[in-house]
This record gives sequence, C-alpha cells and structure tokens, in this order.
Amino acid sequence: MPDNTCDHCGSSDAVVNFTQIVKDQMSTSHLCEACAAEKGLDPAPESSNLPLTDFLAQMGDERGKDELDAGHQCSFCGLTFGQFRETGRLGCPHCYETFEAHLRRLLRRIHGSVQHVGKVYLPPDPTASEMEKRLDGLRRKLHRAIEAEDFERAAEVRDQIRSLEPA
Amino acid sequence: MNDFTTIPDYGLSWLEASGDHADIVLSTRVRLARNLQGHAFGPRARVNDREAVLSLFKTSVERAETLTSGTLLEMPDVATRTRRILLERRLVTKDLLGEEESGPPRGAAVHLSSRDPVSVMVNEEDHLRVQSLLSGLRIREAWRMVDRLDEELGRELPYAYHPEFGFLTSCPTNVGSGLRASVFMHLPGLVLTKEIAKVLQGLGQVGLTFRGLYGEGSEVVGNFFQVSNQTTLGKTEEDLVDHLDKVARQVIQYEVQARQVLLRDARGVTEDKIWRAYGLLRYARSLSFEELMNLLSGVRLGLSLKLLPGLRVYTLNKMLIFTQPAHLEQAAGRELPSSESDTHRAAYVRRVLASEGDVTSDGASATDELPNESPDGR
Repeated sequence: MPDNTCDHCGSSDAVVNFTQIVKDQMSTSHLCEACAAEKGLDPAPESSNLPLTDFLAQMGDERGKDELDAGHQCSFCGLTFGQFRETGRLGCPHCYETFEAHLRRLLRRIHGSVQHVGKVYLPPDPTASEMEKRLDGLRRKLHRAIEAEDFERAAEVRDQIRSLEPA
Repeated sequence: MNDFTTIPDYGLSWLEASGDHADIVLSTRVRLARNLQGHAFGPRARVNDREAVLSLFKTSVERAETLTSGTLLEMPDVATRTRRILLERRLVTKDLLGEEESGPPRGAAVHLSSRDPVSVMVNEEDHLRVQSLLSGLRIREAWRMVDRLDEELGRELPYAYHPEFGFLTSCPTNVGSGLRASVFMHLPGLVLTKEIAKVLQGLGQVGLTFRGLYGEGSEVVGNFFQVSNQTTLGKTEEDLVDHLDKVARQVIQYEVQARQVLLRDARGVTEDKIWRAYGLLRYARSLSFEELMNLLSGVRLGLSLKLLPGLRVYTLNKMLIFTQPAHLEQAAGRELPSSESDTHRAAYVRRVLASEGDVTSDGASATDELPNESPDGR
C-alpha cells in the first residue's frame, strides 16, 4: 500500500510522485497538490502520456467546432480531419500543410516544440539557402564530433562538407 | 522462392553478446522514418504508390554503398514460415507483414545489408524505415550506421521534408528527426527489489518511454524492457542519442545496485530462484515460451552474478530466438501445434544446455573453454 504522506508538508493526501535527476542522482518525492503547485508542478498527468487519439479528441473540444473540422480534407490524398483524429495517422506529406494549424498545436504538445533542429535534408537542385542550411547542420555535426574526439566521424563529416562547398 | 538462409549473417549478429553491458543490455536499435514526396503514406498508400516507392528504393540501392551487397526480400514472395522467422529475429514488424489472412501487401519488402547490421523496411507505416540492430549497449555506433545509410539513400531519393517540421512521417509522434533509438534491457534486480516502477516513472520525466519485447503495445515478459526516446522533434539526433545513452547507463547502475541489495539481503532466496530456474530449463519436458522467458531471466541473472559460471550470454541470447514457434517449426521441418511446440522447445533448451551450459551443482564451472560456433547454432 503506498504511503500517502506529503514529503513536504506532512499532510496525508500526497497525489503527485515527483522524480528528479540532479547530477545523475535520481530522487523521488511524494507531494500533495498544494506543495506540488508550489514547486511549479502541474498535478495533471503529463499530457505526453495520453494516447494520441485522446490528444486529438481534446483538440477538437478546445476548438468547439468538431463538425466543421471533421470535414476538412487533404486535397492530395483525401484524408479528412475526422479520419486523422480517429487513426492518429496522416495520409501523405501534403496533409502537413492541409492541417498545419492543428498540427502545430499537436506537435507542440507531443514534442514540446515545432521546429526541427536535426539533420538538414538537401533536395535535388537545392537553392542557395537550402545549401547554406545543410552546410550549417554539417558544421555543427563536425564540431560535435571533434568535441567528442571522434576523429573518424569528424573526417567523414568533413568530407561531406567538402563535397558541397564550391571548389 | 526466397530461403531464409540467403539472409546475410542470418540477421542475427545482434545475438553475439558483444558491446557494453551485454549481460544487461541485449541489443540496441536505432531507426529513422523516411517518406518520399508525392506518395501517400503506408496506411493510405494504394498499390501504385507502394510499387512506385519500392521501385524508387531499388534504384537508390544500386548507388548506396552500404546496401549494394545485401538481400532484398519482397514479402509477398517469401514463404510464410520465413516471414515469421524474420519477425522473430526482429528484422521486420507485424505491420510490414500485413493481415494474417490476406498476407503482406504488394511492395512490402526488407533489404538486409551484408556489410553492416543495418536494414531498410519498405512500405511499412512509413515508406522507409532505416534501422540498425546491434548487440549490447552501442547507441552512438548504431546511430552512425543508420546516419551513413540515410545519407546514401537521401542523395538518391526525394524525401518528404519540411523546413520547419523536418522529415515528415505518417504518425505525428515520429516527425522531425524520425529517429527512435531503443535499448533492450534485462532488469530483474529492479523488478525483484520493487524499484522498477520508480525507475520507469523516472524515464517518463526525462522524455523516455518503455515497452515490451515486440514494440508498441507488447507486454513485458521475462523482465525485459525496451527503453526509447519519446519525442523526435526539436532536438538534434545526437542529443536524442546521447541522452538515451546517458540514461541507459544510469538505469544499468541502478540495476547493478539492486542486484547487490539482493545478494546482501536475500542471497539464499536469490540463489535458490536461480538454481531452480536452471534446473527446470535443464530437465523440463515441456515449456511454454512465456515460462521459458521467465526462467531464462533467472538464469541470466545468475550468469551476471557469476553464480552459473559455465554459461555464456550468447547461449542465453540464442535460446531467446531459437525457441520461438517459427524457429522450432523450421528445425522440425513441419508445422507444430502449440503442445508439440512446447515439447520441442524444452528439448532444444535441454540440448543446448547439455552441450554448452553445463554447470556443476556447487556452482563451479564444468567446462572452462567452450567451442566457438556459428550464430545459427548449428
């Protein structure tokens, strides 16, 4: 039987398990709602632990115009917003433009961000700015490899950079 | 007809028990989800989308160094049992194989490299799933392998990429880097000391999640946990990979501490549990897969604690794979109903333990040197 004593104020209605990792040491404390709020913790379950379909259902509720959204349809693959909400799967790359406003909110809730900062893909016939972004990404990777003293990796990335830079 | 013996390395190098902490970490997997422009994603793709994706992929293979020496298996052409063997070896997913009645849809394929332990699933939920599967804890190495292959493919293929959202995927939980890194860990110490719930809860707090043996929705059996990153957008691939590596090492440390507690506070009970598990495996005449998994967990713990010195991790890894139904049927050369499957499983385990797992009853090793053998156990 779990102990319901709040580790902070000693009241008997601890409802939040607060686990933190500081300097590689993990500690867990049990807190009541008031003490959790004081520590800036939201006692509601982490939204990222909810199944995707629940998120999607909530999104509809927030907007309060379920019916209208449900009919919104991707012009490339024909997926409706209602179908997306049901399955949690998008139909094609174009869906990301069709449902952009919804997705932006959804992605923020799932990932805490909407901006990709990882690998930069270089399409065939890239523009100058796409090329520059790609090179920036590779330079970051190179820097990181050198910092980690992984010279084999650094050499590999350096070759990738050289192959893109104008001779 | 494709025969599974044509698969490079039989796709089993991840069993070899090399890599860091191989007694605790069975394997490391990193996969990237990629899609091609102008085609509907897996669940909505029509036959012509699937065929176009596969044909584009085939063209790119010719110019992707990592894949030129390798095997492309088109799932509809592969015998049913071989498909199940691929699934049991974790080289394909249930999703790729489609519904049992209708079989795999056209265009569903897997390409296995014979150079690196990397493979590409084609026409799964996403058009491409580029993945590496390595033995032990080797997250950075696994990432580098898929990164290299992804670079090779990306030069040839028109990836669906958005400057803000990154690599576009069928499921919004994969978008951005498309990267899922996972480590498959054996954590009996934390389970027996009842610390596991705390650790798993802690994983959630640091952006990681866990599942059972066969991915999403599968149950945890035999104290095996698959720990992976939960988010894919807003962090670089290197950050995701380093973070998982760091936390995995921390979890290993907790596991080692928990095992020390077991030995200190409950040595008798722990040893008894381990020897009982060994005894059952060594002499039982019928074993269900679930029972086997639980017994192997006990024996694996005993091996880590150096209580069963004649055993090797590789032997235990091999037993996890070759005791699954399709593997037993392959060895028997015929279909096996589940009761027969259980007796074949027990017989296989007895045979393997007799030849490479004999330990004397006082815990001393009966054989110090064991012969090397090929990963398929023949």
